[in-house]
Amino acid sequence: MVAQGKAFVYGNNVDTDVIIPARYLNNSDPAALASHCMEDIDADFVKEVAAGDVIVAGKNFGCGSSREHAPLAIKTAGVSCVIAQTFARIFYRNAINIGLPILECEEAVNEVEKGDELVVDFAAGTITNKTRNKTYQTQPFPPFIQAIIAADGLVGRVKEELS
Amino acid sequence: MGMTMTQKILAVHAGRETVSAGELIEAQLDLVLGNDVTTPVALREFEKMGATEVFDRKKVVIVPDHFTPNKDIHSAEHCRQVREFAVDQDIENYFEVGEMGIEHALLPEKGLVVPGDVVIGADSHTCTYGALGAFSTGVGSTDMAAGMATGKTWFRVPEAQRFELTGKMQPWVTGKDVILHIIGMIGVDGARYQSMEFTGDGIANLGMDDRFTMANMAIEAGAKNGIFPVDEKTQAYVKEHAVKPHRVYEADKDAVYEKTHRIDLATIPLTVAFPHLPDNTRPVAEAGDVKIDQVVIGSCTNGRMDDLRMAAKILKGKKVAKNLRCIIFPGTQKIYLQAVREGLVEIFVEAGAVFSTPTCGPCLGGHMGILAKGERAVATTNRNFVGRMGHPESEVYLASPAVAAASALTGCISSPEEL
Ligand code: SF4
Repeated sequence: MVAQGKAFVYGNNVDTDVIIPARYLNNSDPAALASHCMEDIDADFVKEVAAGDVIVAGKNFGCGSSREHAPLAIKTAGVSCVIAQTFARIFYRNAINIGLPILECEEAVNEVEKGDELVVDFAAGTITNKTRNKTYQTQPFPPFIQAIIAADGLVGRVKEELS
Repeated sequence: MGMTMTQKILAVHAGRETVSAGELIEAQLDLVLGNDVTTPVALREFEKMGATEVFDRKKVVIVPDHFTPNKDIHSAEHCRQVREFAVDQDIENYFEVGEMGIEHALLPEKGLVVPGDVVIGADSHTCTYGALGAFSTGVGSTDMAAGMATGKTWFRVPEAQRFELTGKMQPWVTGKDVILHIIGMIGVDGARYQSMEFTGDGIANLGMDDRFTMANMAIEAGAKNGIFPVDEKTQAYVKEHAVKPHRVYEADKDAVYEKTHRIDLATIPLTVAFPHLPDNTRPVAEAGDVKIDQVVIGSCTNGRMDDLRMAAKILKGKKVAKNLRCIIFPGTQKIYLQAVREGLVEIFVEAGAVFSTPTCGPCLGGHMGILAKGERAVATTNRNFVGRMGHPESEVYLASPAVAAASALTGCISSPEEL
Protein backbone atom coordinates (compact mmCIF):
# COMPACT_ATOMS: atom_id res chain seq x y z
CA MET A 1 0.00 0.00 0.00
CA VAL A 2 1.29 3.42 -0.96
CA ALA A 3 0.00 6.79 0.19
CA GLN A 4 0.77 10.16 -1.28
CA GLY A 5 0.01 13.70 -0.18
CA LYS A 6 1.30 16.92 1.29
CA ALA A 7 2.55 17.27 4.83
CA PHE A 8 0.95 19.12 7.74
CA VAL A 9 3.60 19.65 10.40
CA TYR A 10 3.04 20.01 14.17
CA GLY A 11 5.19 19.98 17.31
CA ASN A 12 5.47 17.75 20.38
CA ASN A 13 2.62 16.48 22.60
CA VAL A 14 -0.24 17.07 20.17
CA ASP A 15 -3.02 15.92 22.52
CA THR A 16 -6.41 14.38 21.82
CA ASP A 17 -8.18 17.51 23.07
CA VAL A 18 -6.75 19.53 20.20
CA ILE A 19 -7.16 16.72 17.65
CA ILE A 20 -10.87 16.67 18.50
CA PRO A 21 -12.07 18.94 21.33
CA ALA A 22 -14.39 17.34 23.87
CA ARG A 23 -17.10 19.88 23.12
CA TYR A 24 -17.76 17.96 19.89
CA LEU A 25 -17.86 14.50 21.48
CA ASN A 26 -21.60 14.65 22.01
CA ASN A 27 -21.73 13.53 18.37
CA SER A 28 -20.01 10.32 17.24
CA ASP A 29 -20.66 10.69 13.50
CA PRO A 30 -17.20 10.41 11.84
CA ALA A 31 -17.89 13.18 9.28
CA ALA A 32 -19.04 15.58 12.02
CA LEU A 33 -15.90 14.80 14.02
CA ALA A 34 -13.66 15.26 10.98
CA SER A 35 -15.09 18.73 10.36
CA HIS A 36 -13.52 19.92 13.65
CA CYS A 37 -10.25 18.00 13.41
CA MET A 38 -7.21 19.93 14.75
CA GLU A 39 -9.34 23.07 15.01
CA ASP A 40 -7.86 24.40 18.27
CA ILE A 41 -4.25 24.40 17.02
CA ASP A 42 -4.80 24.83 13.29
CA ALA A 43 -8.10 26.35 12.23
CA ASP A 44 -7.13 26.02 8.56
CA PHE A 45 -6.45 22.28 8.67
CA VAL A 46 -9.94 21.12 7.67
CA LYS A 47 -10.06 23.71 4.87
CA GLU A 48 -6.71 22.70 3.40
CA VAL A 49 -6.53 18.94 3.95
CA ALA A 50 -7.01 16.72 0.90
CA ALA A 51 -7.31 12.95 0.56
CA GLY A 52 -3.92 11.29 1.00
CA ASP A 53 -2.29 14.07 3.03
CA VAL A 54 0.05 13.21 5.87
CA ILE A 55 0.36 14.58 9.40
CA VAL A 56 3.95 14.87 10.65
CA ALA A 57 4.54 15.64 14.33
CA GLY A 58 7.07 15.42 17.15
CA LYS A 59 7.07 13.39 20.35
CA ASN A 60 4.10 11.80 22.12
CA PHE A 61 1.50 12.40 19.39
CA GLY A 62 -2.06 11.71 20.59
CA CYS A 63 -1.41 11.98 24.31
CA GLY A 64 -4.32 12.40 26.70
CA SER A 65 -7.74 10.90 26.35
CA SER A 66 -8.60 7.42 25.07
CA ARG A 67 -11.13 8.87 22.64
CA GLU A 68 -11.03 6.83 19.44
CA HIS A 69 -12.78 9.86 17.97
CA ALA A 70 -9.26 11.32 17.55
CA PRO A 71 -7.78 8.85 15.04
CA LEU A 72 -11.26 8.52 13.52
CA ALA A 73 -11.47 12.28 12.91
CA ILE A 74 -7.99 12.28 11.34
CA LYS A 75 -8.77 9.30 9.12
CA THR A 76 -12.16 10.62 8.05
CA ALA A 77 -10.62 14.02 7.23
CA GLY A 78 -8.70 12.17 4.52
CA VAL A 79 -5.31 11.82 6.16
CA SER A 80 -3.55 8.70 4.86
CA CYS A 81 -0.90 8.38 7.54
CA VAL A 82 0.55 10.03 10.65
CA ILE A 83 4.31 10.15 11.03
CA ALA A 84 5.65 11.13 14.45
CA GLN A 85 8.80 10.83 16.48
CA THR A 86 6.79 8.85 19.04
CA PHE A 87 3.12 8.11 19.75
CA ALA A 88 1.21 8.06 23.01
CA ARG A 89 0.20 4.54 23.96
CA ILE A 90 -3.59 4.61 23.63
CA PHE A 91 -3.50 6.58 20.38
CA TYR A 92 -1.06 4.04 18.91
CA ARG A 93 -3.41 1.19 19.82
CA ASN A 94 -6.50 2.97 18.56
CA ALA A 95 -4.90 3.90 15.25
CA ILE A 96 -3.95 0.28 14.59
CA ASN A 97 -7.34 -0.97 15.70
CA ILE A 98 -9.24 1.32 13.31
CA GLY A 99 -6.76 1.02 10.45
CA LEU A 100 -5.13 4.46 10.44
CA PRO A 101 -1.51 3.83 9.39
CA ILE A 102 1.08 5.38 11.71
CA LEU A 103 4.86 5.42 11.51
CA GLU A 104 7.60 6.47 13.89
CA CYS A 105 10.49 8.15 12.09
CA GLU A 106 12.59 10.79 13.79
CA GLU A 107 14.59 11.67 10.70
CA ALA A 108 11.49 12.44 8.65
CA VAL A 109 10.06 14.47 11.51
CA ASN A 110 13.22 16.56 11.70
CA GLU A 111 13.39 17.32 7.99
CA VAL A 112 9.85 17.49 6.60
CA GLU A 113 8.30 20.95 6.33
CA LYS A 114 4.74 22.02 5.83
CA GLY A 115 3.54 21.41 2.29
CA ASP A 116 6.29 18.91 1.37
CA GLU A 117 5.02 16.22 -0.98
CA LEU A 118 5.44 12.77 0.63
CA VAL A 119 5.08 9.24 -0.68
CA VAL A 120 4.77 6.56 1.99
CA ASP A 121 5.28 2.90 1.13
CA PHE A 122 3.97 0.87 4.06
CA ALA A 123 5.24 -2.53 2.92
CA ALA A 124 8.77 -1.24 2.40
CA GLY A 125 8.59 1.10 5.41
CA THR A 126 9.91 4.02 3.35
CA ILE A 127 8.93 7.68 3.34
CA THR A 128 10.00 9.58 0.24
CA ASN A 129 10.08 13.36 0.39
CA LYS A 130 9.59 14.38 -3.24
CA THR A 131 10.01 18.08 -2.47
CA ARG A 132 13.44 17.51 -0.93
CA ASN A 133 14.43 14.43 -2.89
CA LYS A 134 15.11 12.30 0.16
CA THR A 135 14.02 8.91 1.40
CA TYR A 136 13.71 7.90 5.04
CA GLN A 137 13.54 4.31 6.28
CA THR A 138 11.31 3.25 9.21
CA GLN A 139 10.88 0.10 11.26
CA PRO A 140 8.14 -2.26 10.08
CA PHE A 141 5.45 -3.27 12.61
CA PRO A 142 5.94 -6.45 14.66
CA PRO A 143 4.19 -9.49 13.06
CA PHE A 144 1.42 -9.53 15.72
CA ILE A 145 0.38 -6.01 14.80
CA GLN A 146 0.76 -6.68 11.08
CA ALA A 147 -1.77 -9.48 11.53
CA ILE A 148 -4.29 -7.03 13.01
CA ILE A 149 -3.70 -4.65 10.12
CA ALA A 150 -4.02 -7.50 7.60
CA ALA A 151 -7.36 -8.47 9.15
CA ASP A 152 -8.53 -4.90 8.43
CA GLY A 153 -8.17 -3.80 12.03
CA LEU A 154 -9.28 -5.37 15.26
CA VAL A 155 -12.90 -5.66 14.13
CA GLY A 156 -11.89 -7.99 11.32
CA ARG A 157 -9.74 -10.05 13.65
CA VAL A 158 -12.46 -10.54 16.24
CA LYS A 159 -14.97 -11.25 13.52
CA GLU A 160 -12.80 -14.11 12.24
CA GLU A 161 -12.47 -15.39 15.79
CA LEU A 162 -16.19 -15.28 16.55
CA SER A 163 -17.30 -16.97 13.34
CA MET B 1 14.52 -12.93 35.89
CA GLY B 2 12.10 -11.38 38.38
CA MET B 3 8.81 -9.73 37.45
CA THR B 4 7.32 -6.40 38.45
CA MET B 5 3.93 -6.32 40.19
CA THR B 6 2.24 -5.46 36.88
CA GLN B 7 4.02 -8.26 35.01
CA LYS B 8 2.95 -10.80 37.64
CA ILE B 9 -0.71 -9.85 37.33
CA LEU B 10 -0.49 -9.97 33.54
CA ALA B 11 1.28 -13.35 33.54
CA VAL B 12 -1.49 -14.98 35.59
CA HIS B 13 -4.18 -13.50 33.34
CA ALA B 14 -2.33 -14.73 30.25
CA GLY B 15 -2.17 -18.24 31.75
CA ARG B 16 1.61 -18.09 31.89
CA GLU B 17 4.32 -18.75 34.47
CA THR B 18 6.24 -15.68 33.46
CA VAL B 19 6.13 -12.82 30.99
CA SER B 20 8.82 -10.35 30.11
CA ALA B 21 8.82 -6.73 29.02
CA GLY B 22 8.13 -6.18 25.34
CA GLU B 23 6.27 -9.46 24.81
CA LEU B 24 2.82 -9.36 23.21
CA ILE B 25 0.31 -11.40 25.19
CA GLU B 26 -3.40 -12.09 25.29
CA ALA B 27 -4.94 -11.66 28.75
CA GLN B 28 -8.29 -12.55 30.30
CA LEU B 29 -10.25 -9.55 31.55
CA ASP B 30 -11.98 -9.19 34.91
CA LEU B 31 -13.84 -6.04 33.90
CA VAL B 32 -14.55 -3.99 30.76
CA LEU B 33 -15.68 -0.38 31.24
CA GLY B 34 -17.22 2.27 29.03
CA ASN B 35 -18.91 5.67 29.36
CA ASP B 36 -21.44 7.70 27.37
CA VAL B 37 -18.80 9.11 25.01
CA THR B 38 -16.89 5.93 24.21
CA THR B 39 -19.62 3.26 24.44
CA PRO B 40 -21.71 4.44 21.45
CA VAL B 41 -18.61 4.12 19.23
CA ALA B 42 -17.88 0.70 20.78
CA LEU B 43 -21.42 -0.49 20.07
CA ARG B 44 -20.96 0.31 16.38
CA GLU B 45 -17.78 -1.83 16.33
CA PHE B 46 -19.38 -4.58 18.46
CA GLU B 47 -22.04 -4.95 15.82
CA LYS B 48 -19.51 -4.92 12.96
CA MET B 49 -17.66 -7.75 14.72
CA GLY B 50 -20.79 -9.83 14.43
CA ALA B 51 -21.02 -10.06 18.23
CA THR B 52 -24.47 -10.50 19.68
CA GLU B 53 -23.79 -11.01 23.37
CA VAL B 54 -21.30 -9.67 25.91
CA PHE B 55 -18.89 -12.28 27.28
CA ASP B 56 -20.17 -11.88 30.83
CA ARG B 57 -22.95 -9.51 31.83
CA LYS B 58 -21.46 -9.10 35.32
CA LYS B 59 -18.07 -8.06 33.96
CA VAL B 60 -19.16 -5.20 31.73
CA VAL B 61 -19.66 -1.83 33.43
CA ILE B 62 -21.25 1.16 31.71
CA VAL B 63 -21.36 4.57 33.35
CA PRO B 64 -22.90 7.53 31.53
CA ASP B 65 -21.03 10.35 33.25
CA HIS B 66 -19.50 12.71 30.69
CA PHE B 67 -22.46 14.65 29.30
CA THR B 68 -25.02 13.66 31.95
CA PRO B 69 -27.55 14.67 33.09
CA ASN B 70 -27.95 15.00 29.32
CA LYS B 71 -26.50 18.27 28.15
CA ASP B 72 -28.30 18.38 24.78
CA ILE B 73 -30.13 16.27 22.21
CA HIS B 74 -26.98 14.64 20.82
CA SER B 75 -25.87 13.46 24.26
CA ALA B 76 -29.39 12.31 25.07
CA GLU B 77 -29.32 10.15 21.94
CA HIS B 78 -25.96 8.66 22.95
CA CYS B 79 -27.27 7.87 26.41
CA ARG B 80 -30.41 6.31 24.99
CA GLN B 81 -28.31 3.99 22.78
CA VAL B 82 -26.18 3.00 25.72
CA ARG B 83 -29.19 2.45 27.99
CA GLU B 84 -30.97 0.29 25.40
CA PHE B 85 -27.87 -1.85 25.02
CA ALA B 86 -27.53 -2.21 28.79
CA VAL B 87 -31.17 -3.28 29.12
CA ASP B 88 -31.01 -5.58 26.11
CA GLN B 89 -27.84 -7.31 27.36
CA ASP B 90 -29.02 -7.29 30.96
CA ILE B 91 -25.83 -5.52 32.05
CA GLU B 92 -25.82 -5.72 35.83
CA ASN B 93 -23.54 -2.76 36.35
CA TYR B 94 -25.15 -0.05 34.29
CA PHE B 95 -25.51 3.06 36.45
CA GLU B 96 -28.26 5.48 35.53
CA VAL B 97 -28.33 9.15 36.56
CA GLY B 98 -29.36 9.13 40.20
CA GLU B 99 -27.13 6.23 41.10
CA MET B 100 -24.19 6.98 38.90
CA GLY B 101 -20.98 8.77 39.71
CA ILE B 102 -17.85 9.62 37.81
CA GLU B 103 -16.74 6.18 36.65
CA HIS B 104 -13.33 6.07 38.34
CA ALA B 105 -14.72 7.21 41.67
CA LEU B 106 -17.69 4.88 41.33
CA LEU B 107 -16.11 1.52 40.47
CA PRO B 108 -13.85 1.25 43.53
CA GLU B 109 -16.64 2.52 45.78
CA LYS B 110 -18.99 -0.18 44.44
CA GLY B 111 -16.27 -2.74 45.07
CA LEU B 112 -16.24 -3.77 41.42
CA VAL B 113 -12.45 -3.62 41.17
CA VAL B 114 -10.25 -5.52 43.62
CA PRO B 115 -6.52 -6.15 44.01
CA GLY B 116 -5.09 -8.45 41.33
CA ASP B 117 -7.74 -7.66 38.69
CA VAL B 118 -7.04 -6.89 35.05
CA VAL B 119 -9.35 -4.12 33.87
CA ILE B 120 -9.63 -2.24 30.59
CA GLY B 121 -11.79 0.83 30.20
CA ALA B 122 -12.59 3.01 27.23
CA ASP B 123 -11.45 6.01 29.22
CA SER B 124 -7.84 6.99 29.72
CA HIS B 125 -8.15 7.43 33.49
CA THR B 126 -9.03 3.78 33.96
CA CYS B 127 -5.51 3.59 35.40
CA THR B 128 -7.02 4.93 38.67
CA TYR B 129 -7.61 1.40 40.03
CA GLY B 130 -3.88 0.80 40.33
CA ALA B 131 -4.39 2.38 43.76
CA LEU B 132 -6.00 -0.93 44.76
CA GLY B 133 -3.16 -3.07 43.43
CA ALA B 134 -5.02 -3.96 40.23
CA PHE B 135 -3.72 -3.69 36.67
CA SER B 136 -6.01 -1.28 34.86
CA THR B 137 -5.50 0.73 31.74
CA GLY B 138 -7.31 2.94 29.27
CA VAL B 139 -8.10 1.74 25.75
CA GLY B 140 -10.22 2.93 22.84
CA SER B 141 -13.74 2.02 21.83
CA THR B 142 -12.77 -0.77 19.43
CA ASP B 143 -10.74 -2.42 22.21
CA MET B 144 -13.75 -2.05 24.49
CA ALA B 145 -15.94 -3.72 21.86
CA ALA B 146 -13.48 -6.60 21.44
CA GLY B 147 -13.20 -6.94 25.22
CA MET B 148 -16.98 -7.08 25.61
CA ALA B 149 -17.24 -9.65 22.82
CA THR B 150 -14.40 -11.97 23.84
CA GLY B 151 -13.45 -11.25 27.47
CA LYS B 152 -9.82 -10.80 26.54
CA THR B 153 -7.45 -8.33 24.97
CA TRP B 154 -3.86 -8.02 23.75
CA PHE B 155 -1.16 -6.19 25.66
CA ARG B 156 2.46 -5.42 25.15
CA VAL B 157 4.01 -6.32 28.53
CA PRO B 158 5.32 -3.01 29.88
CA GLU B 159 8.68 -2.11 31.33
CA ALA B 160 8.45 -0.30 34.64
CA GLN B 161 9.82 2.64 36.55
CA ARG B 162 9.94 2.42 40.31
CA PHE B 163 9.03 5.36 42.52
CA GLU B 164 10.36 4.67 45.97
CA LEU B 165 8.56 7.00 48.36
CA THR B 166 9.86 7.66 51.86
CA GLY B 167 8.94 10.04 54.66
CA LYS B 168 5.81 12.02 55.36
CA MET B 169 4.23 14.96 53.56
CA GLN B 170 4.19 18.51 54.94
CA PRO B 171 0.89 19.96 56.20
CA TRP B 172 -1.61 20.68 53.35
CA VAL B 173 0.45 18.61 50.90
CA THR B 174 -1.55 15.75 49.36
CA GLY B 175 -1.27 12.97 46.80
CA LYS B 176 -2.15 15.55 44.12
CA ASP B 177 0.98 17.55 44.88
CA VAL B 178 3.06 14.37 44.89
CA ILE B 179 1.85 13.21 41.47
CA LEU B 180 2.08 16.70 39.93
CA HIS B 181 5.62 16.92 41.28
CA ILE B 182 6.49 13.54 39.76
CA ILE B 183 4.98 14.42 36.37
CA GLY B 184 6.89 17.70 36.44
CA MET B 185 10.03 15.71 37.14
CA ILE B 186 9.70 13.04 34.41
CA GLY B 187 7.54 14.86 31.83
CA VAL B 188 4.26 14.07 30.05
CA ASP B 189 5.93 11.23 28.16
CA GLY B 190 8.35 10.29 30.94
CA ALA B 191 6.75 6.89 31.49
CA ARG B 192 5.36 6.32 27.99
CA TYR B 193 4.23 2.67 27.49
CA GLN B 194 5.55 1.82 30.98
CA SER B 195 4.20 1.00 34.43
CA MET B 196 4.75 3.41 37.28
CA GLU B 197 5.20 1.21 40.34
CA PHE B 198 5.01 3.05 43.64
CA THR B 199 6.88 1.45 46.54
CA GLY B 200 8.54 2.41 49.81
CA ASP B 201 7.55 2.99 53.39
CA GLY B 202 6.22 6.48 52.60
CA ILE B 203 3.16 4.82 51.07
CA ALA B 204 1.86 4.01 54.54
CA ASN B 205 1.46 7.78 54.98
CA LEU B 206 -0.76 8.09 51.91
CA GLY B 207 -4.48 7.52 52.39
CA MET B 208 -6.50 5.60 49.80
CA ASP B 209 -7.89 8.83 48.37
CA ASP B 210 -4.32 10.13 47.85
CA ARG B 211 -3.45 6.89 46.08
CA PHE B 212 -6.48 7.06 43.78
CA THR B 213 -5.45 10.61 42.82
CA MET B 214 -1.89 9.51 42.07
CA ALA B 215 -2.76 6.38 40.08
CA ASN B 216 -5.39 8.43 38.21
CA MET B 217 -2.70 10.73 36.81
CA ALA B 218 -0.22 8.04 35.72
CA ILE B 219 -1.57 8.52 32.19
CA GLU B 220 -0.49 12.17 32.38
CA ALA B 221 3.09 10.88 32.39
CA GLY B 222 2.21 8.68 29.39
CA ALA B 223 2.16 5.53 31.54
CA LYS B 224 0.20 2.40 30.73
CA ASN B 225 -0.65 2.01 34.39
CA GLY B 226 0.30 3.17 37.85
CA ILE B 227 0.19 0.66 40.68
CA PHE B 228 0.46 0.56 44.47
CA PRO B 229 1.30 -2.40 46.69
CA VAL B 230 -1.55 -3.81 48.76
CA ASP B 231 -1.13 -2.87 52.43
CA GLU B 232 -3.33 -2.61 55.53
CA LYS B 233 -5.10 0.48 54.22
CA THR B 234 -5.92 -1.27 50.94
CA GLN B 235 -7.13 -4.34 52.81
CA ALA B 236 -9.39 -2.22 54.98
CA TYR B 237 -10.79 -0.50 51.89
CA VAL B 238 -11.37 -3.83 50.14
CA LYS B 239 -13.06 -5.28 53.21
CA GLU B 240 -15.48 -2.38 53.30
CA HIS B 241 -16.31 -2.30 49.58
CA ALA B 242 -15.44 -5.44 47.64
CA VAL B 243 -18.16 -7.65 46.21
CA LYS B 244 -15.82 -10.40 45.05
CA PRO B 245 -12.62 -12.15 46.16
CA HIS B 246 -9.23 -10.60 45.50
CA ARG B 247 -5.62 -11.67 45.10
CA VAL B 248 -2.52 -9.89 46.27
CA TYR B 249 0.58 -9.75 44.07
CA GLU B 250 4.00 -8.41 44.96
CA ALA B 251 6.91 -7.51 42.75
CA ASP B 252 9.79 -9.99 42.85
CA LYS B 253 12.87 -8.88 44.78
CA ASP B 254 14.88 -9.10 41.55
CA ALA B 255 12.31 -7.40 39.34
CA VAL B 256 13.86 -5.29 36.62
CA TYR B 257 13.13 -1.56 36.51
CA GLU B 258 14.19 0.86 33.79
CA LYS B 259 14.75 3.48 36.46
CA THR B 260 14.30 3.94 40.18
CA HIS B 261 13.38 7.36 41.55
CA ARG B 262 13.82 7.94 45.28
CA ILE B 263 11.52 10.62 46.60
CA ASP B 264 11.29 11.95 50.15
CA LEU B 265 7.65 13.01 50.54
CA ALA B 266 8.70 15.68 53.07
CA THR B 267 10.51 17.59 50.30
CA ILE B 268 7.46 17.96 48.06
CA PRO B 269 5.91 21.46 48.10
CA LEU B 270 2.34 22.47 47.27
CA THR B 271 2.47 22.23 43.50
CA VAL B 272 0.56 23.72 40.57
CA ALA B 273 0.74 22.83 36.86
CA PHE B 274 0.60 25.86 34.59
CA PRO B 275 -0.99 25.75 31.13
CA HIS B 276 -0.92 23.83 28.83
CA LEU B 277 0.63 20.57 30.00
CA PRO B 278 0.47 18.71 33.32
CA ASP B 279 4.29 18.63 33.46
CA ASN B 280 4.57 22.42 33.46
CA THR B 281 4.73 22.45 37.25
CA ARG B 282 6.12 24.80 39.84
CA PRO B 283 5.71 25.25 43.59
CA VAL B 284 2.63 27.28 44.52
CA ALA B 285 4.98 29.61 46.39
CA GLU B 286 6.56 30.53 43.05
CA ALA B 287 3.30 30.87 41.10
CA GLY B 288 3.44 34.66 41.12
CA ASP B 289 0.35 36.79 40.77
CA VAL B 290 -2.09 34.79 38.65
CA LYS B 291 -5.61 36.19 38.74
CA ILE B 292 -8.36 33.63 38.18
CA ASP B 293 -12.02 33.62 37.15
CA GLN B 294 -13.12 30.15 38.18
CA VAL B 295 -12.27 27.36 40.60
CA VAL B 296 -13.32 23.77 39.95
CA ILE B 297 -13.07 21.21 42.74
CA GLY B 298 -13.97 17.61 41.94
CA SER B 299 -13.52 15.07 39.09
CA CYS B 300 -12.24 11.49 39.10
CA THR B 301 -8.93 12.91 40.32
CA ASN B 302 -10.10 14.85 43.35
CA GLY B 303 -13.83 14.41 43.99
CA ARG B 304 -13.62 12.06 46.97
CA MET B 305 -14.37 12.61 50.67
CA ASP B 306 -10.84 13.63 51.66
CA ASP B 307 -10.91 16.22 48.89
CA LEU B 308 -14.26 17.71 49.86
CA ARG B 309 -13.32 17.76 53.55
CA MET B 310 -10.10 19.58 52.74
CA ALA B 311 -11.96 22.17 50.64
CA ALA B 312 -14.58 22.64 53.36
CA LYS B 313 -11.94 23.16 56.01
CA ILE B 314 -10.60 26.11 54.04
CA LEU B 315 -13.91 27.57 52.86
CA LYS B 316 -15.68 27.29 56.21
CA GLY B 317 -17.13 30.61 57.35
CA LYS B 318 -15.55 32.50 54.44
CA LYS B 319 -16.74 33.86 51.10
CA VAL B 320 -15.31 33.14 47.68
CA ALA B 321 -13.72 36.17 46.01
CA LYS B 322 -16.02 38.65 44.32
CA ASN B 323 -16.86 37.86 40.67
CA LEU B 324 -15.26 34.41 40.90
CA ARG B 325 -17.20 31.20 40.22
CA CYS B 326 -16.43 28.26 42.46
CA ILE B 327 -17.89 24.95 41.24
CA ILE B 328 -17.67 21.85 43.40
CA PHE B 329 -18.72 18.47 42.08
CA PRO B 330 -18.48 15.24 44.06
CA GLY B 331 -17.39 11.94 42.52
CA THR B 332 -20.45 9.87 43.36
CA GLN B 333 -23.94 9.98 44.84
CA LYS B 334 -22.62 8.31 47.99
CA ILE B 335 -20.01 11.04 48.39
CA TYR B 336 -22.69 13.63 47.68
CA LEU B 337 -24.87 12.27 50.47
CA GLN B 338 -21.98 11.99 52.90
CA ALA B 339 -21.05 15.62 52.15
CA VAL B 340 -24.63 16.62 52.95
CA ARG B 341 -24.60 14.64 56.20
CA GLU B 342 -21.29 16.08 57.34
CA GLY B 343 -22.51 19.62 56.69
CA LEU B 344 -19.94 20.23 53.95
CA VAL B 345 -22.55 21.27 51.42
CA GLU B 346 -23.82 23.94 53.76
CA ILE B 347 -20.29 25.28 54.11
CA PHE B 348 -19.86 25.36 50.32
CA VAL B 349 -23.15 27.08 49.61
CA GLU B 350 -22.67 29.60 52.39
CA ALA B 351 -19.24 30.40 50.98
CA GLY B 352 -20.90 31.17 47.64
CA ALA B 353 -19.88 28.02 45.78
CA VAL B 354 -22.01 25.87 43.49
CA PHE B 355 -22.47 22.22 44.52
CA SER B 356 -23.29 19.99 41.58
CA THR B 357 -24.58 16.49 41.01
CA PRO B 358 -21.76 14.07 40.05
CA THR B 359 -20.76 14.58 36.39
CA CYS B 360 -17.60 14.96 34.35
CA GLY B 361 -19.11 18.25 33.12
CA PRO B 362 -16.54 21.01 33.53
CA CYS B 363 -13.49 18.71 33.67
CA LEU B 364 -13.54 18.10 29.93
CA GLY B 365 -15.18 21.35 28.94
CA GLY B 366 -18.45 19.52 28.41
CA HIS B 367 -20.96 21.57 30.37
CA MET B 368 -21.57 23.01 33.87
CA GLY B 369 -18.69 25.49 33.89
CA ILE B 370 -17.15 26.31 30.51
CA LEU B 371 -14.47 29.01 30.29
CA ALA B 372 -14.76 32.03 27.99
CA LYS B 373 -11.91 33.42 25.91
CA GLY B 374 -9.06 34.62 28.08
CA GLU B 375 -10.49 33.22 31.33
CA ARG B 376 -8.41 31.29 33.83
CA ALA B 377 -9.36 28.47 36.17
CA VAL B 378 -7.66 26.65 38.99
CA ALA B 379 -8.96 23.07 38.82
CA THR B 380 -8.37 19.89 40.77
CA THR B 381 -8.84 17.91 37.54
CA ASN B 382 -6.06 16.17 35.63
CA ARG B 383 -5.58 17.93 32.29
CA ASN B 384 -4.81 21.51 31.33
CA PHE B 385 -4.47 21.05 27.57
CA VAL B 386 -5.39 23.86 25.16
CA GLY B 387 -9.18 24.24 25.19
CA ARG B 388 -9.71 21.51 27.80
CA MET B 389 -12.23 23.49 29.82
CA GLY B 390 -13.65 25.71 27.11
CA HIS B 391 -12.33 28.37 24.75
CA PRO B 392 -8.97 27.53 23.13
CA GLU B 393 -7.64 30.77 24.60
CA SER B 394 -8.69 29.97 28.16
CA GLU B 395 -6.26 28.56 30.72
CA VAL B 396 -6.39 25.78 33.30
CA TYR B 397 -4.03 25.51 36.28
CA LEU B 398 -4.00 22.11 38.00
CA ALA B 399 -3.74 21.91 41.78
CA SER B 400 -4.97 20.14 44.89
CA PRO B 401 -8.34 20.85 46.56
CA ALA B 402 -6.51 22.80 49.30
CA VAL B 403 -4.81 25.12 46.82
CA ALA B 404 -7.99 25.41 44.73
CA ALA B 405 -10.10 26.34 47.76
CA ALA B 406 -7.53 28.86 48.98
CA SER B 407 -7.42 30.36 45.49
CA ALA B 408 -11.21 30.61 45.44
CA LEU B 409 -11.04 32.85 48.51
CA THR B 410 -8.29 35.17 47.25
CA GLY B 411 -9.08 35.22 43.52
CA CYS B 412 -5.54 34.33 42.54
CA ILE B 413 -3.40 31.19 42.85
CA SER B 414 -2.78 30.88 46.58
CA SER B 415 -1.50 28.56 49.22
CA PRO B 416 -3.74 27.72 52.19
CA GLU B 417 -0.80 28.79 54.36
CA GLU B 418 -1.26 32.40 53.25
CA LEU B 419 -4.81 32.65 54.56
S1 SF4 C 1 -13.79 13.57 35.55
FE1 SF4 C 1 -12.62 14.31 33.80
S2 SF4 C 1 -10.84 13.02 33.63
FE2 SF4 C 1 -12.31 12.00 34.99
S3 SF4 C 1 -13.44 10.60 33.67
FE3 SF4 C 1 -14.56 12.53 33.74
S4 SF4 C 1 -13.82 13.73 32.00
FE4 SF4 C 1 -12.37 12.07 32.34
